[in-house]
Amino acid sequence: MAHVIPAEQKWWSGGKSPFNVEYGKLMMWYFLMSDAFTFGAFLISYGTIRFSSNAWPDPNKVFSSFPFMGHANLPLIFVSLMTFILIMSSVTMVLAVGSGHTNDRKGVIKWMFWTIIGGIAFLGCQAWEWTHLYHQNAWWGRNPFTNYDGTMASTNFTNFFFTITGFHGFHVFSGVIINIIMLIMAWRGDFDRKGHYLMIEKAGLYWHFVDLVWVFVFTCFYLF
Amino acid sequence: MGICIYLLLSILAHRYIFCMAHAETTKEGHHGDKEKTFDTKAIWRTFWILLIITCIELVIGMFIAPRFPHSMKIWFNLLYIIFTGAKAFYIIAEFMHLRHEIKNMILTIAVPALLFLWFIGAFLWEGDSYKQMRNNLAPHDSKSMQESKEHPKQGEHQVNPEKVN
Repeated sequence: MAHVIPAEQKWWSGGKSPFNVEYGKLMMWYFLMSDAFTFGAFLISYGTIRFSSNAWPDPNKVFSSFPFMGHANLPLIFVSLMTFILIMSSVTMVLAVGSGHTNDRKGVIKWMFWTIIGGIAFLGCQAWEWTHLYHQNAWWGRNPFTNYDGTMASTNFTNFFFTITGFHGFHVFSGVIINIIMLIMAWRGDFDRKGHYLMIEKAGLYWHFVDLVWVFVFTCFYLF
Repeated sequence: MGICIYLLLSILAHRYIFCMAHAETTKEGHHGDKEKTFDTKAIWRTFWILLIITCIELVIGMFIAPRFPHSMKIWFNLLYIIFTGAKAFYIIAEFMHLRHEIKNMILTIAVPALLFLWFIGAFLWEGDSYKQMRNNLAPHDSKSMQESKEHPKQGEHQVNPEKVN
Protein backbone atom coordinates (compact mmCIF):
# COMPACT_ATOMS: atom_id res chain seq x y z
CA MET A 1 0.00 0.00 0.00
CA ALA A 2 2.29 2.63 1.30
CA HIS A 3 4.80 3.05 -1.41
CA VAL A 4 5.89 5.95 -3.54
CA ILE A 5 4.35 6.03 -7.00
CA PRO A 6 6.75 6.98 -9.78
CA ALA A 7 5.48 9.57 -12.22
CA GLU A 8 5.49 7.16 -15.18
CA GLN A 9 3.56 4.37 -13.51
CA LYS A 10 2.20 1.70 -15.87
CA TRP A 11 -1.06 0.86 -14.10
CA TRP A 12 -2.27 -1.86 -16.44
CA SER A 13 0.92 -3.81 -17.14
CA GLY A 14 0.30 -6.27 -14.32
CA GLY A 15 1.94 -6.95 -11.02
CA LYS A 16 0.00 -4.41 -9.03
CA SER A 17 -3.52 -3.15 -8.52
CA PRO A 18 -4.46 -0.74 -11.32
CA PHE A 19 -6.49 1.18 -8.77
CA ASN A 20 -3.68 1.38 -6.24
CA VAL A 21 -5.90 -0.05 -3.50
CA GLU A 22 -5.89 -3.35 -1.75
CA TYR A 23 -8.10 -6.04 -3.28
CA GLY A 24 -10.44 -6.29 -0.30
CA LYS A 25 -10.98 -2.55 -0.21
CA LEU A 26 -11.85 -2.47 -3.91
CA MET A 27 -14.31 -5.31 -3.42
CA MET A 28 -15.84 -3.46 -0.49
CA TRP A 29 -16.36 -0.49 -2.81
CA TYR A 30 -18.07 -2.71 -5.37
CA PHE A 31 -20.24 -4.27 -2.72
CA LEU A 32 -21.24 -0.80 -1.57
CA MET A 33 -22.08 0.10 -5.18
CA SER A 34 -24.46 -2.86 -5.37
CA ASP A 35 -25.92 -1.93 -2.00
CA ALA A 36 -26.35 1.64 -3.22
CA PHE A 37 -28.44 0.33 -6.10
CA THR A 38 -30.56 -1.70 -3.70
CA PHE A 39 -31.26 1.36 -1.59
CA GLY A 40 -31.68 3.39 -4.77
CA ALA A 41 -34.33 0.96 -5.98
CA PHE A 42 -36.18 1.26 -2.68
CA LEU A 43 -36.06 5.05 -2.58
CA ILE A 44 -36.91 5.45 -6.25
CA SER A 45 -39.91 3.12 -5.96
CA TYR A 46 -41.00 5.29 -3.03
CA GLY A 47 -40.56 8.36 -5.24
CA THR A 48 -42.52 6.75 -8.08
CA ILE A 49 -45.46 5.95 -5.83
CA ARG A 50 -45.34 9.40 -4.31
CA PHE A 51 -45.29 11.04 -7.73
CA SER A 52 -48.28 8.95 -8.76
CA SER A 53 -50.31 10.04 -5.69
CA ASN A 54 -52.41 13.19 -5.65
CA ALA A 55 -51.47 13.97 -2.05
CA TRP A 56 -49.15 12.68 0.64
CA PRO A 57 -48.86 13.08 4.46
CA ASP A 58 -46.91 16.09 5.73
CA PRO A 59 -43.71 14.90 7.45
CA ASN A 60 -43.75 17.97 9.69
CA LYS A 61 -47.00 16.72 11.22
CA VAL A 62 -46.07 13.04 11.34
CA PHE A 63 -42.58 13.32 12.82
CA SER A 64 -43.13 16.00 15.42
CA SER A 65 -42.39 14.22 18.70
CA PHE A 66 -39.38 14.10 20.96
CA PRO A 67 -38.77 11.70 23.90
CA PHE A 68 -40.02 12.98 27.27
CA MET A 69 -41.44 16.13 25.68
CA GLY A 70 -45.07 14.98 25.74
CA HIS A 71 -47.19 16.69 23.10
CA ALA A 72 -44.77 19.52 22.38
CA ASN A 73 -44.70 20.10 18.65
CA LEU A 74 -41.05 19.67 17.65
CA PRO A 75 -40.94 18.65 14.00
CA LEU A 76 -37.63 17.37 12.64
CA ILE A 77 -35.73 17.92 15.90
CA PHE A 78 -35.50 14.27 16.86
CA VAL A 79 -34.51 13.08 13.41
CA SER A 80 -31.87 15.83 13.25
CA LEU A 81 -30.46 14.51 16.50
CA MET A 82 -30.28 11.06 14.89
CA THR A 83 -28.50 12.58 11.88
CA PHE A 84 -26.05 14.31 14.17
CA ILE A 85 -25.31 11.06 16.04
CA LEU A 86 -24.60 9.24 12.78
CA ILE A 87 -22.36 12.00 11.38
CA MET A 88 -20.49 12.11 14.69
CA SER A 89 -19.93 8.36 14.67
CA SER A 90 -18.67 8.68 11.09
CA VAL A 91 -16.08 11.17 12.33
CA THR A 92 -14.92 8.85 15.12
CA MET A 93 -14.70 6.06 12.53
CA VAL A 94 -12.40 8.17 10.33
CA LEU A 95 -10.29 8.92 13.38
CA ALA A 96 -10.06 5.17 14.08
CA VAL A 97 -8.90 4.62 10.48
CA GLY A 98 -6.41 7.45 10.95
CA SER A 99 -5.03 5.83 14.11
CA GLY A 100 -4.75 2.60 12.16
CA HIS A 101 -2.52 4.32 9.60
CA THR A 102 0.07 4.92 12.31
CA ASN A 103 -0.49 1.47 13.90
CA ASP A 104 -1.73 3.22 17.04
CA ARG A 105 -3.58 0.35 18.72
CA LYS A 106 -4.85 2.38 21.68
CA GLY A 107 -6.23 5.08 19.37
CA VAL A 108 -8.03 2.51 17.21
CA ILE A 109 -9.61 0.93 20.29
CA LYS A 110 -10.71 4.29 21.67
CA TRP A 111 -12.27 5.56 18.44
CA MET A 112 -13.86 2.22 17.55
CA PHE A 113 -15.46 2.23 20.99
CA TRP A 114 -17.02 5.66 20.41
CA THR A 115 -18.15 4.63 16.93
CA ILE A 116 -19.96 1.63 18.40
CA ILE A 117 -21.57 3.84 21.06
CA GLY A 118 -22.77 6.18 18.31
CA GLY A 119 -24.23 3.29 16.33
CA ILE A 120 -26.05 1.92 19.38
CA ALA A 121 -27.36 5.41 20.21
CA PHE A 122 -28.73 5.72 16.67
CA LEU A 123 -30.42 2.33 16.90
CA GLY A 124 -31.92 3.33 20.26
CA CYS A 125 -33.34 6.50 18.72
CA GLN A 126 -34.80 4.53 15.87
CA ALA A 127 -36.33 1.99 18.25
CA TRP A 128 -37.98 4.85 20.16
CA GLU A 129 -39.30 6.41 16.95
CA TRP A 130 -40.74 3.13 15.70
CA THR A 131 -42.34 2.39 19.07
CA HIS A 132 -43.84 5.86 19.18
CA LEU A 133 -45.28 5.53 15.66
CA TYR A 134 -46.58 2.05 16.50
CA HIS A 135 -48.46 3.49 19.48
CA GLN A 136 -49.92 6.09 17.14
CA ASN A 137 -51.35 3.14 15.20
CA ALA A 138 -48.85 3.43 12.34
CA TRP A 139 -47.40 0.16 11.04
CA TRP A 140 -47.12 -1.80 7.82
CA GLY A 141 -50.64 -1.75 6.37
CA ARG A 142 -51.93 0.86 8.84
CA ASN A 143 -51.73 4.61 8.36
CA PRO A 144 -53.40 6.93 10.89
CA PHE A 145 -52.07 10.11 9.23
CA THR A 146 -54.07 12.14 6.73
CA ASN A 147 -52.59 13.85 3.69
CA TYR A 148 -51.41 17.45 3.94
CA ASP A 149 -54.67 18.62 2.33
CA GLY A 150 -56.84 16.63 4.74
CA THR A 151 -57.75 13.82 2.34
CA MET A 152 -57.43 10.22 3.39
CA ALA A 153 -53.96 8.77 2.86
CA SER A 154 -53.21 5.27 1.61
CA THR A 155 -50.93 2.93 3.53
CA ASN A 156 -48.15 3.55 0.98
CA PHE A 157 -46.63 6.13 3.30
CA THR A 158 -46.16 3.86 6.32
CA ASN A 159 -45.26 0.82 4.21
CA PHE A 160 -42.39 2.65 2.54
CA PHE A 161 -41.33 4.39 5.73
CA PHE A 162 -41.02 1.22 7.81
CA THR A 163 -39.51 -0.84 5.00
CA ILE A 164 -36.80 1.66 4.08
CA THR A 165 -35.88 2.89 7.56
CA GLY A 166 -36.01 -0.73 8.69
CA PHE A 167 -33.64 -1.80 5.93
CA HIS A 168 -31.34 1.06 6.83
CA GLY A 169 -31.58 0.26 10.54
CA PHE A 170 -30.63 -3.32 9.75
CA HIS A 171 -27.55 -2.00 7.96
CA VAL A 172 -26.66 0.08 11.01
CA PHE A 173 -27.12 -3.00 13.17
CA SER A 174 -24.80 -5.08 10.96
CA GLY A 175 -22.35 -2.18 10.98
CA VAL A 176 -22.33 -2.15 14.78
CA ILE A 177 -21.71 -5.92 14.82
CA ILE A 178 -18.83 -5.54 12.33
CA ASN A 179 -17.39 -2.70 14.40
CA ILE A 180 -17.60 -4.76 17.59
CA ILE A 181 -15.69 -7.56 15.84
CA MET A 182 -13.08 -5.02 14.69
CA LEU A 183 -12.81 -3.70 18.25
CA ILE A 184 -12.28 -7.19 19.65
CA MET A 185 -9.68 -7.98 16.97
CA ALA A 186 -7.85 -4.71 17.66
CA TRP A 187 -8.02 -5.33 21.39
CA ARG A 188 -6.57 -8.85 21.01
CA GLY A 189 -3.77 -7.43 18.89
CA ASP A 190 -4.70 -9.35 15.72
CA PHE A 191 -3.94 -6.34 13.52
CA ASP A 192 -0.57 -5.77 15.18
CA ARG A 193 0.34 -9.37 14.35
CA LYS A 194 -0.80 -8.79 10.76
CA GLY A 195 1.25 -5.60 10.68
CA HIS A 196 -1.54 -3.40 9.29
CA TYR A 197 -5.00 -2.09 10.15
CA LEU A 198 -6.51 -2.36 6.66
CA MET A 199 -9.57 -4.22 7.95
CA ILE A 200 -10.53 -1.14 9.94
CA GLU A 201 -10.57 0.78 6.66
CA LYS A 202 -12.96 -1.69 5.09
CA ALA A 203 -15.27 -1.63 8.10
CA GLY A 204 -14.99 2.16 7.94
CA LEU A 205 -16.12 2.25 4.31
CA TYR A 206 -19.20 0.24 5.24
CA TRP A 207 -19.93 2.50 8.19
CA HIS A 208 -19.66 5.68 6.11
CA PHE A 209 -21.94 4.13 3.53
CA VAL A 210 -24.58 3.65 6.22
CA ASP A 211 -24.21 7.35 7.04
CA LEU A 212 -24.45 8.22 3.34
CA VAL A 213 -27.69 6.29 2.93
CA TRP A 214 -29.14 8.02 5.98
CA VAL A 215 -28.51 11.39 4.33
CA PHE A 216 -30.80 10.32 1.49
CA VAL A 217 -33.38 8.67 3.75
CA PHE A 218 -33.47 11.86 5.84
CA THR A 219 -34.14 14.02 2.79
CA CYS A 220 -36.65 11.69 1.16
CA PHE A 221 -38.79 10.96 4.22
CA TYR A 222 -38.42 13.88 6.58
CA LEU A 223 -37.82 16.91 4.37
CA PHE A 224 -39.73 16.29 1.11
CA MET B 1 -41.16 18.00 -11.81
CA GLY B 2 -39.41 14.80 -12.79
CA ILE B 3 -37.42 16.56 -15.47
CA CYS B 4 -36.46 19.32 -13.02
CA ILE B 5 -34.98 16.82 -10.62
CA TYR B 6 -33.33 14.98 -13.46
CA LEU B 7 -31.61 18.12 -14.74
CA LEU B 8 -30.52 19.16 -11.30
CA LEU B 9 -29.05 15.77 -10.56
CA SER B 10 -27.15 15.69 -13.81
CA ILE B 11 -25.62 19.08 -13.00
CA LEU B 12 -24.69 17.79 -9.56
CA ALA B 13 -23.15 14.67 -10.98
CA HIS B 14 -21.07 16.58 -13.48
CA ARG B 15 -19.82 18.91 -10.79
CA TYR B 16 -19.08 15.91 -8.65
CA ILE B 17 -16.94 14.21 -11.26
CA PHE B 18 -15.29 17.49 -12.16
CA CYS B 19 -14.38 18.14 -8.51
CA MET B 20 -12.95 14.67 -8.15
CA ALA B 21 -10.96 14.87 -11.35
CA HIS B 22 -9.77 18.29 -10.25
CA ALA B 23 -8.75 17.02 -6.82
CA GLU B 24 -6.86 14.27 -8.60
CA THR B 25 -4.85 16.59 -10.81
CA THR B 26 -4.01 18.99 -7.99
CA LYS B 27 -2.63 16.34 -5.71
CA GLU B 28 -0.64 14.52 -8.38
CA GLY B 29 2.30 16.74 -7.52
CA HIS B 30 2.87 15.26 -4.08
CA HIS B 31 2.07 11.59 -4.39
CA GLY B 32 4.91 10.49 -2.21
CA ASP B 33 3.70 11.54 1.24
CA LYS B 34 0.16 10.37 0.52
CA GLU B 35 -0.12 7.39 2.84
CA LYS B 36 1.77 8.63 5.84
CA THR B 37 -0.04 11.88 6.41
CA PHE B 38 -3.53 11.70 7.80
CA ASP B 39 -5.29 15.02 7.77
CA THR B 40 -7.33 15.20 10.97
CA LYS B 41 -8.06 18.85 10.30
CA ALA B 42 -9.79 18.02 7.01
CA ILE B 43 -11.98 15.48 8.83
CA TRP B 44 -13.19 18.02 11.36
CA ARG B 45 -13.73 20.59 8.63
CA THR B 46 -15.92 18.03 6.81
CA PHE B 47 -17.77 17.36 10.04
CA TRP B 48 -18.58 21.05 10.52
CA ILE B 49 -19.71 21.39 6.90
CA LEU B 50 -22.06 18.43 7.30
CA LEU B 51 -23.37 19.72 10.61
CA ILE B 52 -24.00 23.23 9.29
CA ILE B 53 -25.78 21.93 6.18
CA THR B 54 -27.99 19.74 8.39
CA CYS B 55 -28.79 22.71 10.63
CA ILE B 56 -29.72 24.85 7.61
CA GLU B 57 -31.99 22.06 6.36
CA LEU B 58 -33.55 21.83 9.79
CA VAL B 59 -34.23 25.57 10.01
CA ILE B 60 -35.70 25.66 6.51
CA GLY B 61 -37.83 22.57 7.15
CA MET B 62 -39.06 23.72 10.56
CA PHE B 63 -39.50 27.48 10.31
CA ILE B 64 -39.27 28.73 6.73
CA ALA B 65 -40.99 26.17 4.50
CA PRO B 66 -44.23 25.91 6.59
CA ARG B 67 -44.83 29.66 6.10
CA PHE B 68 -45.16 29.22 2.35
CA PRO B 69 -48.12 27.71 0.46
CA HIS B 70 -47.82 24.08 -0.48
CA SER B 71 -47.39 24.92 -4.17
CA MET B 72 -43.98 26.40 -3.29
CA LYS B 73 -42.84 23.05 -1.87
CA ILE B 74 -41.06 22.07 -5.08
CA TRP B 75 -38.56 24.92 -4.70
CA PHE B 76 -37.72 23.88 -1.18
CA ASN B 77 -37.34 20.32 -2.43
CA LEU B 78 -34.84 21.51 -5.03
CA LEU B 79 -32.93 23.23 -2.24
CA TYR B 80 -32.95 20.02 -0.17
CA ILE B 81 -31.65 18.08 -3.18
CA ILE B 82 -28.73 20.50 -3.53
CA PHE B 83 -27.92 20.21 0.19
CA THR B 84 -28.22 16.42 0.08
CA GLY B 85 -25.92 16.26 -2.93
CA ALA B 86 -23.37 18.41 -1.11
CA LYS B 87 -23.50 16.21 1.99
CA ALA B 88 -23.18 13.06 -0.11
CA PHE B 89 -20.19 14.56 -1.90
CA TYR B 90 -18.38 15.37 1.33
CA ILE B 91 -19.07 11.96 2.88
CA ILE B 92 -17.86 10.11 -0.21
CA ALA B 93 -14.92 12.39 -0.99
CA GLU B 94 -13.51 12.92 2.51
CA PHE B 95 -14.86 10.29 4.91
CA MET B 96 -14.71 7.47 2.38
CA HIS B 97 -11.48 8.98 1.06
CA LEU B 98 -12.47 8.53 -2.58
CA ARG B 99 -11.23 11.99 -3.52
CA HIS B 100 -7.69 10.96 -2.60
CA GLU B 101 -7.66 7.75 -4.63
CA ILE B 102 -6.26 7.61 -8.14
CA LYS B 103 -8.43 8.67 -11.05
CA ASN B 104 -9.10 5.16 -12.37
CA MET B 105 -10.46 4.19 -8.99
CA ILE B 106 -12.68 7.28 -8.78
CA LEU B 107 -14.11 6.65 -12.24
CA THR B 108 -14.89 2.99 -11.57
CA ILE B 109 -17.22 4.18 -8.79
CA ALA B 110 -18.51 7.43 -10.27
CA VAL B 111 -19.34 6.23 -13.79
CA PRO B 112 -21.71 3.38 -12.79
CA ALA B 113 -23.32 5.77 -10.30
CA LEU B 114 -24.41 7.89 -13.28
CA LEU B 115 -27.02 5.19 -13.95
CA PHE B 116 -28.94 6.75 -11.09
CA LEU B 117 -29.65 9.78 -13.27
CA TRP B 118 -31.62 7.71 -15.73
CA PHE B 119 -33.07 5.60 -12.95
CA ILE B 120 -34.47 8.57 -10.98
CA GLY B 121 -35.56 10.59 -14.00
CA ALA B 122 -37.35 7.72 -15.74
CA PHE B 123 -39.18 6.38 -12.71
CA LEU B 124 -40.36 9.71 -11.32
CA TRP B 125 -41.53 10.66 -14.80
CA GLU B 126 -43.42 7.39 -14.95
CA GLY B 127 -45.08 7.96 -11.57
CA ASP B 128 -46.19 11.46 -12.56
CA SER B 129 -47.50 10.26 -15.90
CA TYR B 130 -49.52 7.55 -14.14
CA LYS B 131 -51.07 10.15 -11.86
CA GLN B 132 -52.02 12.40 -14.79
CA MET B 133 -53.48 9.48 -16.67
CA ARG B 134 -55.55 8.30 -13.74
CA ASN B 135 -56.84 11.79 -12.98
CA ASN B 136 -57.79 12.34 -16.63
CA LEU B 137 -59.24 8.96 -17.47
CA ALA B 138 -60.80 7.94 -14.16
CA PRO B 139 -61.65 11.18 -12.33
CA HIS B 140 -64.33 9.45 -10.19
CA ASP B 141 -61.54 7.66 -8.30
CA SER B 142 -60.06 10.92 -7.08
CA LYS B 143 -63.58 12.19 -6.29
CA SER B 144 -64.34 9.21 -4.07
CA MET B 145 -61.06 9.91 -2.31
CA GLN B 146 -62.35 13.42 -1.56
CA GLU B 147 -65.65 12.13 -0.17
CA SER B 148 -64.05 9.65 2.14
CA LYS B 149 -62.36 12.46 4.01
CA GLU B 150 -65.71 13.50 5.48
CA HIS B 151 -66.39 9.97 6.70
CA PRO B 152 -63.10 8.37 7.66
CA LYS B 153 -63.33 4.63 7.73
CA GLN B 154 -62.81 2.68 10.89
CA GLY B 155 -59.14 2.13 11.61
CA GLU B 156 -58.13 5.22 9.69
CA HIS B 157 -59.17 7.71 12.36
CA GLN B 158 -56.96 10.53 13.53
CA VAL B 159 -54.33 10.02 16.17
CA ASN B 160 -55.80 9.41 19.59
CA PRO B 161 -53.84 11.64 21.98
CA GLU B 162 -54.43 9.25 24.88
CA LYS B 163 -52.51 6.48 23.15
CA VAL B 164 -49.50 8.63 22.42
CA ASN B 165 -46.73 8.24 24.94
